[in-house]
Amino acid sequence: MLLSSVQNPRLLYLQSRLSHFNFRIKSSLHTSQTLTLTPSPPPPTSQILDIRKTLLSREKTAVELAGDYLTRIQRSDPKLKSFLYVSEESVLREAEELDRKIERNEEVGPLAGVYVGVKDNICTADMPSTAGSRILENYKPAYDATAVSKMRESGAIVVGKTNMDEFGMGSSTEASAYQVTANPWDLSRVPGGSSGGSASAVSARQCVVSLGSDTGGSVRQPASFCGVVGLKPTYGRVSRYGLVAYASSLDVIGCFGSSVSDTGILLNAISGHDRHDATSSRREVPDFTSQFISKDILDSKPLKGLRVGVIRETLDEGVDAEIVMSIRAAVSHLEELGCTVTEVSLPSFSLGLPAYYILASSESSSNLSRYDGVRYGNQCESEELNSLYENTRAHGFGSEVKRRILMGTYALSAGYYDAYYKRAQQVRTLVRKSFKSALDENDILISPAAPSAAYKIGEKKDDPLAMYAGDIMTVNVNLAGLPALVLPCGLVEGGPAGLPVGLQMIGAAFDEEKLLKVGHIFEQTLQDCCFVPPIAADN
Amino acid sequence: MALTMFRGIKCCPFSMYPSALVARKHVFLYCTMNNSPSQTATQDKAQANAKVSTQSKKMSKVAKDYEAIIGIETHVQLSTLTKAFCTCPYNYGSQPNSSVCPICMGLPGALPVLNSKVIEYAVRLGLALNCELSFNSKFDRKQYFYPDLPKGYQISQFDVPIATGGFIDLDLPVEFGGGHRKFGITRVHMEEDAGKLLHTGNGSFSQVDLNRAGVPLLEIVSEPDMRTGIEAAEYAAELQRMVRYLGISNGNMQEGSLRCDVNVSVRPWGQIEFGTKVEIKNLNSFSAMNRAIDFEIARQELLHSQGQADQIVQETRLWEEGAQKTVTMRKKEGLADYRYFPEPDLPAVNLTIKYVDDIRDSLPELPEMKRRRYETMGLSMQDILFLVNDMDVADFFDATIAKAADVKLAANWIMGDIAAYLKNEKLSINEVKLTPEELGELIASIKSGTISGKIGKEILFELLAKGGTVQGLIKEKDLVQACVFFYYRD
Repeated sequence: MLLSSVQNPRLLYLQSRLSHFNFRIKSSLHTSQTLTLTPSPPPPTSQILDIRKTLLSREKTAVELAGDYLTRIQRSDPKLKSFLYVSEESVLREAEELDRKIERNEEVGPLAGVYVGVKDNICTADMPSTAGSRILENYKPAYDATAVSKMRESGAIVVGKTNMDEFGMGSSTEASAYQVTANPWDLSRVPGGSSGGSASAVSARQCVVSLGSDTGGSVRQPASFCGVVGLKPTYGRVSRYGLVAYASSLDVIGCFGSSVSDTGILLNAISGHDRHDATSSRREVPDFTSQFISKDILDSKPLKGLRVGVIRETLDEGVDAEIVMSIRAAVSHLEELGCTVTEVSLPSFSLGLPAYYILASSESSSNLSRYDGVRYGNQCESEELNSLYENTRAHGFGSEVKRRILMGTYALSAGYYDAYYKRAQQVRTLVRKSFKSALDENDILISPAAPSAAYKIGEKKDDPLAMYAGDIMTVNVNLAGLPALVLPCGLVEGGPAGLPVGLQMIGAAFDEEKLLKVGHIFEQTLQDCCFVPPIAADN
Repeated sequence: MALTMFRGIKCCPFSMYPSALVARKHVFLYCTMNNSPSQTATQDKAQANAKVSTQSKKMSKVAKDYEAIIGIETHVQLSTLTKAFCTCPYNYGSQPNSSVCPICMGLPGALPVLNSKVIEYAVRLGLALNCELSFNSKFDRKQYFYPDLPKGYQISQFDVPIATGGFIDLDLPVEFGGGHRKFGITRVHMEEDAGKLLHTGNGSFSQVDLNRAGVPLLEIVSEPDMRTGIEAAEYAAELQRMVRYLGISNGNMQEGSLRCDVNVSVRPWGQIEFGTKVEIKNLNSFSAMNRAIDFEIARQELLHSQGQADQIVQETRLWEEGAQKTVTMRKKEGLADYRYFPEPDLPAVNLTIKYVDDIRDSLPELPEMKRRRYETMGLSMQDILFLVNDMDVADFFDATIAKAADVKLAANWIMGDIAAYLKNEKLSINEVKLTPEELGELIASIKSGTISGKIGKEILFELLAKGGTVQGLIKEKDLVQACVFFYYRD
């Protein structure tokens, strides 16, 4: 997993790339097609490998690195509000421990000194985990989620907990009970959701990589909005133990990174069977980074023979023209790399959205029953039992959560079950089948990650249906349980520096390796795009 | 771990619980019943008989015009080492909340993982009850709010139970008129138990003990095939024997390891539709079942005979041991909607033919098989029922006669002097020093005339208390009968 593209071991590369940034943005907003006169910025490098080099060469200590990140958080988070909790004390303590290890020349894990943000619905034993909800205010879990403990075993240092829509229910992070996170590209815009905090933290370089969760697009859509790489693994690839359940049959823990390599390295660390999760797969976990090829040794058609299907329904009406253009440009880029690109149709595509909202709401109405104020979380004093439940839940849950609990309770009620839940399960089977046949014909499928770039804060807050419609690109993948990688492929007009657009690549079940390989080549060969937001340059 | 686990828990008081909660109190407090754990169904019946007869006298006039229909739902707590979905052990009576973890406390993010023993035990019982097994079964969530239910839903099985359509054979005790019965079993399904509520004396708050939450249960639903209290009690007693024979539960009613909820309705003879059914809870012994059902039948028959059948409403009634009657606990307000749906955290339960065959091959000889075998050996039904009631006694008997001991004599010794000794000393048959081999030897020595019956008895008590061999004791105590000496001198 050596990347020879890692040439600049110092973190200064950020600045070096940013120096080109503002200059180019005006001339080339959309894609790689428009050429500029400036030299092309270097493709993103692996921050994880950079840190490793920096630490092992004793160029910087882990404590110094921690200071860099903490300072950046201190400066930018009052504006961004990516984090609900930052654990300075434990970060410095763990960094000191790491420095001692390095001093003694001890073996350090693949994520040593990697500062990670963890979405607030993933349990961490030493930090509060509220899932963005008032009902779990100050709740500190008794245990680490499996993904977190695996990261820690690999040497990662958890910086803090990132903001999210309450229980993952939302697409803009505006449904957080605590704060609204801003998009690092334009502070007046949303970072996407529900893992908006994790996406904006990586985008603004407040942490190296982060964990999110994806039930209907909650990793991929914010990755697209914030111009970072987001990976939703196959259902069952990563243990859900310790992930606060929203919709159990759809939930997966996913990864954010500023490069495909970082995302792959993080996935390596958290994947695999877990005896605490009966739905986690026993499949062997390959080294997801072993397929990465350095840009320097790529031949002219590195993806020759790769069959790529563009999902026709995702470029139809309702998708912003600029987004369609960006995706078309990405298609040209893939063709230049040697791919055979054809259009495929998924007839059940439009059915996915209503089916998703029925299934996810149904499961959530059940999963959220445990927040009754009896054992943990906020409890409202009451005179009798029913009002204890009513008051606790009325005050503890936000309106979007209540809306989904109501919808789900309705869909599961006697007399309605067949018309809603059962029907939606049948649609799910159809969706799975149509993906299966499309992926028999193609190696990967591509689509936008969202029908638009980041929108303004407040723009859709009071229109839940418009908000739901924004999930059209991603929910089908969850229904089918497939892996998908979102990576920035272009910029569109908007904000002070343009707004990033994400390309979604969907693969066959458990074939994250192929997605990462293709994504890596795409990223390394993409010209004239630099996906570092202005706020990261300010710091 | 134990320490950190409690960080998240707040076994919290909720002040001033509603009246329904107060009423429910009785349901959970099995421990207030004072039946000794060692009682057997047969012993129960003797007391029951007397009480029932007085009550049934006043009803005898109307009784023959009506027919009672009884169906039973039984919950059997499985004696697996750990709970159904986590690795916590369960021991009855341990300190509240001392055997809990994130999973059985329903902490955010915790997931259930099925203990495979639960399936094995369910298959054992399914086979023993002559059921058809579902080779592709699944778990569902049954949803309702109650403080003893940590997740807000119970993991159970809904439309595809692990076993369906079986039956159970039993023989009624001779003192109740005897007779063979076959009762249908509708279904057997797997589920998890809830915790327990502890109410403070002054009623100002309640506490939750989650030790029992997540303990595996099998729910056995009978067909509405029983007609009298004694049939129902015998059905439950046979289930208890069965789970003990199968080694899947201790079947102890006082600890709540075997709980029966009984549905009773009454209809005029010849009517095809069932009458309105009433559910009875708080039945902590077979005798209580018998008496409660007969009381309830009489109550309903009386209402029917007085033209007040409309006073019988669908409700849950509690058996009050003190007053010897059933009282209304709560009226059913329409059907509860549990919003069942498939449990997404657990994969489907798929059985293979080999798995089932292996379990079938490992089943012990079940009570019904034993009864039929003993019958062919010429034992009376009274003897048979006594011996078969306790598997250890039956095994002891079988081991005794395996050494060619006289069947009738072996039965008599076990049911007579040995049973009396066990009762006095409060021991089980496995706890005495006497071995079946020596009992066989003793019987043979008496039969051959080596020792007299009286001396045999003396030796028996020595063997029970101290062990040793018959031959050794005869020599040691020089107990050989005189006539034998004459015989040798000849």
